[in-house]
Parts: sequence; structure tokens; C-alpha cells
Amino acid sequence: MQFGLSEEQILLIDNVNRFLDDNSPLDRVRLYADGGDDADIWAGLAELGVPALLVPEAQGGIGLNPLDAAIVAESLGAHITPSPFLGTAVMAPTALVASGGNHDDLLAEIAAGTHRVGIAFSEAIKRRNDARVEARDSRLFGKSLFAFDADADSYLVADQNKHLYLVPAQDPGLTRTHLTTVDKTRRTVELTYNDVAAQCVSTDVGVFERVLDIGRVAIAADTLGAAQNMLDQAVEYAKQREQFNRPIGSFQAVKHMCAEMAAQLEPCRSMVWFAGHALAELPEEARVTACHTKAHLAEVAQFVAKTATEVHGGMGFTDLVGLHYWFKRCGANRQWLGAPEFVRQEAAVLQGLTD
Amino acid sequence: MDLSFGPEYDDFRGEVVTFLANNADKAPKGGDLRGQQAKDWQKLLIENGYTCRTIPKEFGGYGAEPDIIKTRIIAEEFSKARVNTGLGGQGISMLVPTLLEMGTQEQKEHFIRPTIMGDMIWCQGYSEPGAGSDLAALSTAAVLDGDEWVINGQKIWTSTAHIADWIFCLVRSEPEAPKHKGISFLLFDMKTPGIEVRPLVDMTGNANFNETFFTDVRVPKHQIVGERGQGWQVANAILGHERETLAPANTAQTRINALIELMKNETVDGARLIDNPVYRDRLMKIQGKVMAMRFNELRVLSARLNPGQDPGLSRMITKLEGTELRHDLEGLAIDVMGEIGLAYEDNPHLRGAGSWQREYMYFLGLIIGGGTSQIQKNIISERGLGMPREPKFEKAS
Repeated sequence: MQFGLSEEQILLIDNVNRFLDDNSPLDRVRLYADGGDDADIWAGLAELGVPALLVPEAQGGIGLNPLDAAIVAESLGAHITPSPFLGTAVMAPTALVASGGNHDDLLAEIAAGTHRVGIAFSEAIKRRNDARVEARDSRLFGKSLFAFDADADSYLVADQNKHLYLVPAQDPGLTRTHLTTVDKTRRTVELTYNDVAAQCVSTDVGVFERVLDIGRVAIAADTLGAAQNMLDQAVEYAKQREQFNRPIGSFQAVKHMCAEMAAQLEPCRSMVWFAGHALAELPEEARVTACHTKAHLAEVAQFVAKTATEVHGGMGFTDLVGLHYWFKRCGANRQWLGAPEFVRQEAAVLQGLTD
Repeated sequence: MDLSFGPEYDDFRGEVVTFLANNADKAPKGGDLRGQQAKDWQKLLIENGYTCRTIPKEFGGYGAEPDIIKTRIIAEEFSKARVNTGLGGQGISMLVPTLLEMGTQEQKEHFIRPTIMGDMIWCQGYSEPGAGSDLAALSTAAVLDGDEWVINGQKIWTSTAHIADWIFCLVRSEPEAPKHKGISFLLFDMKTPGIEVRPLVDMTGNANFNETFFTDVRVPKHQIVGERGQGWQVANAILGHERETLAPANTAQTRINALIELMKNETVDGARLIDNPVYRDRLMKIQGKVMAMRFNELRVLSARLNPGQDPGLSRMITKLEGTELRHDLEGLAIDVMGEIGLAYEDNPHLRGAGSWQREYMYFLGLIIGGGTSQIQKNIISERGLGMPREPKFEKAS
């Protein structure tokens, strides 16, 4: 029995962390937030094999497991890295492989880091107001909100029946409009489909669910990384900052805030590990675990993001320290692919507790 | 990542399941856990290695090598079958491991067997009115007079003192030494003249705790564990262990399953409680936390089995998070039942034999006992996160 990361996984994470320490520091993230792109970061991650993680070896990938994707997501969250990882490296390969269709060329391009796939699931998660995606004979009509990766080459779209379609970003019937959010570390768009010819990937709801589950676990892992980083920053700040002739970290009022963050966050790490492992190995537990992990991480991160900011006092509120980028990343992760209340409702339905 | 315990453990689990199927009817079900049935059950469990598993045979135990997977399997299967796991109490859980670690051969031979068989009940004399979270400030005095210690002072929160045969007790034997180095760990008979026990009724209505007063209590000199002045190390040899086992995730899982059943069966305005979206969301929130704590416990277990693995803070946070979680879980059951949740003692509307209110309050006690949540936060921040200690204040003199 061994519940933890393997030596290979620790090596993978060390490599990714080292690359991101050098190539995705806060100053680099600020450039993206101010309108720059993430192409060089993604190219560097591609050299490390990150887009190829979940692509089978037969299609030029590495053929690793959801847990491997989750620990990379954690690292990206810790570094608040702008990247198309979630859609391109996690959800799209899962959809393409699970569909059973022949997507060899696209998978090879994904693995090489030369094709980015965005995700437009708002229709099938929770449809807000006038968003609506309808497929008629593999032609799409309607609108998706908050599709992620504004620079994608194609989009994986879920329609009202949870069927999955691929749409090239350059299709003349597709309009892509930038949607500004508080989270400047990633960009979302509104997609309008005006009779767009789409390639049907899957009409099996089970495929949609697998893609959703792994997406949620990856977001939870990203949240874990971001929240842990905020806690680490808060602890470091509390050790350095002196008031009343002593480090503020020696005051119980401050150290107890840090202990509460640590105590809530520590089990989250085990939860993300288990959820990642379950996706590959424990199908009967995987779905409920994915829901609970997504929702629980959202709640803990909300507490950590607020508390870590408070530990920093006034500086935590400034752009100078930049803690707000992590705060907002946690906030965006909370809403993406299902807010906690809806996800917990799904957990209840999956257990047959309610209709 | 490998969550299987391997085929030999599947066989072991099978043995436990078979044992339970054949013998569960002999187990005591609540009520007096110190009667003959409880002792007979304890004997049967020891013979089969389901309790006192690693205590050597020469002292009355089963004598197995430590195997935390087997211990876990036993706990899991007994919990699943809701069968009594044998005698508990501070003699078995605290004193016996302490003696095994620090006691003399004579002490082990004399005390361990009757303790684990239920013939010798112990209480723990640690806390004092002036020494709670700051336990090392204790002042109960022990002065050597010839071949006897003479003890004067007062203990508080002495669980089961009113029924205990013996006490293991921390006393100040070296008043001139620094506070952690002036303590000794003594064992003595509760029938010794000069001991007075006054019950302390707690908020659950039970009087499990006591105040215990010592007036010129004379204790033979050799009834000490470890050396003079070493009592703090003797007591701490196993204190950390106690904290980790106060609120196991296993039990939280059993309780949330019971709460789900309750919410499926109880109705309000004709609708099942579980169909109320507000209650259901609160239930799911707590279920998510229980899940996180279960996986945290897997990590603790794994770090014990694989010495190279870093447990992070997973062990340090279990007392704080586990007790708070149980208090919340039991409290939710009360909330969803409304006025029925208030039912207590002989109320005919009682649900779960009154366990929801009882455990709700009991876990508030555990949030405070065994190192308060605030002390846990000091430990997590100082030892876990490396934050600076609170400055010490010099005593004004």
C-alpha cells in the first residue's frame, strides 16, 4: 500500500516547477494580464511533454494518468500560469480518446503543442440566461458563454444533449468575443455559432461525463496549488513583518489564521490525489469523488484566499504584492465547470439520494 | 499510488469477517461495559488478536508483530459490523503503552494483564485547576518521606476516578527544578487513605469526570515509572498518539451514513429531509469534508508504512479537524430534526438512542480536551509552519 506520489511523479513535478519558477514568475504573469500572450510558456511546457501527458503513446503522447495531469495542474495553479493546459492537455485528449473515433492527427498535434483546443461547456453545466447551443445535423446554432482559452485553434463544444462537437476557431460562422473577468491569468470568450459546420466527437453522455470529471479534478488541483501558494506567502510574510517590536507571526491572532488555513488545506492534497487516482482506477467512486473534490477545494480556497490576504494586511490589498492574482484565480476556479452548490447537488444525485 | 493491501491481507480481512459473523452475538451492546459479558468478550478478542494485538503474550496480550494494516482492517470491519471492539479506558489506551515503553519488567508483569482483562480500572491524574493547557505547570506535590511519597494537591477532569482501582498520576517531586524537569509519574491505589473523589457533572448530564483531592496520600517509593523528574517524558511518550486517535475518519464515515439514513426516513411537511435542498447541501458539504479526512488518513497510514514518504502536516491536523468535523456533523443531524433534535433521555421521540445530542456535546468536550483546538493551532503553526513562538512572560515577583 502506498498512497502518495511515485518517484516518477515527483520528478515530473520538479521539472515543471523548475521551468515555471524561471518562466512564469509574477512579472511574466503580469505581462499576460496586460495583454501579452502565453505562447512561449506553452512552447516551453510542450518541450517538457506537458501537452502530451494524457495522449496515448500510439498518437505520439506519453500516455500517463489523470493523477499525473492533476499534479501538473497543481503546479500551474501555484504559479498562476497562463496556459491552455486545462482544455488542450486535459479535457480534449480525454474526449478524443474516450470517443473511440480516429483522432490520431489532432492528438499528435495536441501532444506536440501545436494545436490548442478550447472548451465551451456552459450549455451543459449550467445554462445562464440566453446562452444556448443547439446542434442540428452537425451544424451548431446559438451561443456559449465563458469558453476558456481565447487563443484556441478549435473548440470542444457541448450542446444541449451533452453531445460533443469540434469547431475550428477560424470557421466563418463562429464569432469569438473576449469576455473580461477578474481573473487576468486566463482569458475567456463568448462563442456565437451561426450555422457552423461541426465535427461530432461523441453522442455518448458517458464521454461528456468523463471529460467533465477530469476537468473538475484538474481545476481542483489548480486551486490546491494556488491556495497553498497563498498560504506559503502569508506564512513567509508573517515571519518577516514586524509590528510592536515582534514578528506578527508570533501573535496568536495571526498564527492561528495560518494554522486554520493549513489544517483545512492539508487534507485537500490527499483528496486531489485520490480523485486523480480514482478517475483511472476506481470508476465506481470516481464521479462522486470528482464532484466533492471540486466543491470542497472551492470552499477551502475561498477561506484561504481571504485569510492569506488578511495576514498581509494593507499590502495584501495592493497590486504591488500581487496576491490578488491568486485570489482571483481561486475565485474563477470556483465558478468554472460548476459552482460548488451545483456540483454538490450532482454528488447527491449520483448517490441516488435525490432526483 | 497503490491502494491495495495485497492478497495476504484479503485473507486476513476474510478471517475477521468470519469471526464477526460467528461471534458478534456474544458482544456486549452498550450498557455496562465493565460487567462479566464485557470481560468475556475482551478475553475472546485477545485470544483472536482483535484487541491488545501487539501486547506480548507474557503480559496477557496476543503477542503479534506490529502491523498497522491488520490493525486498520480490524477497525474497519468491526466498525462496519457495528460490533463492540473490546474494553477501552485510559488504563488500556494510555498506561499500558506507557509501561511497555518505560516501565520495569516487574511493573509490566504486575499491571498489564489485569488491566487489559478489565480487572484493574485506571484513571489519569494529569490536569489540575491551575494546569490545563499549560500542563507542565502542575503543582500537586510529592515529597519523599523514608520509603514513601507523600502526596498533597488536587487533580481535575479525572475521568472514571469514581470507579477506578488505580491512578497514574503526574506530581511535582522536584520543586526546585525547571517546570518540565521536576515532574514524576507515579502509580497508586485509589483506596489509599487521603484520596477524595468528587464527581463533576458535564453538559451531557453524565458524571464521567471528577475532581480528585489528595491529602497526605502515602505511596510506596518504588511505584514510579521512569526516574524521578522524568515524568514529563514518560507522559509524552504516548500523548501525541492519543491526539491522532480521538476522532478517526472511519467513525465519521459511519456517522455520516447514519445521518443520510436519518434524512431519508424522517419527513417535514410530508417531504423527506433529504429532499430539502438546503439541508441536502449542508449534508453534502460535510460529506465532502469527511471524504477529505478519510483520504488524509490514508496518507498518514501510507507515511507510516513507507518511511521515505513525507506525511506533510497530515498527522498534525487530525485532532483539530477531526473533532471539529464531528461536532458539525452531529449538529447538522440536530438541525435537520428541528424540535425532535432536542429530544433527550426518556423522550419517546428520541432518534438514534439519543446519540446525536450526546455526540454533539461530547465532541465539543473533545475539541477542548486532549489539547484544545487553540493549542493544536499553536502546534500546527509553530512546529508545522515554523512560525515564531509566543514570547514568554516572566513571572512578576
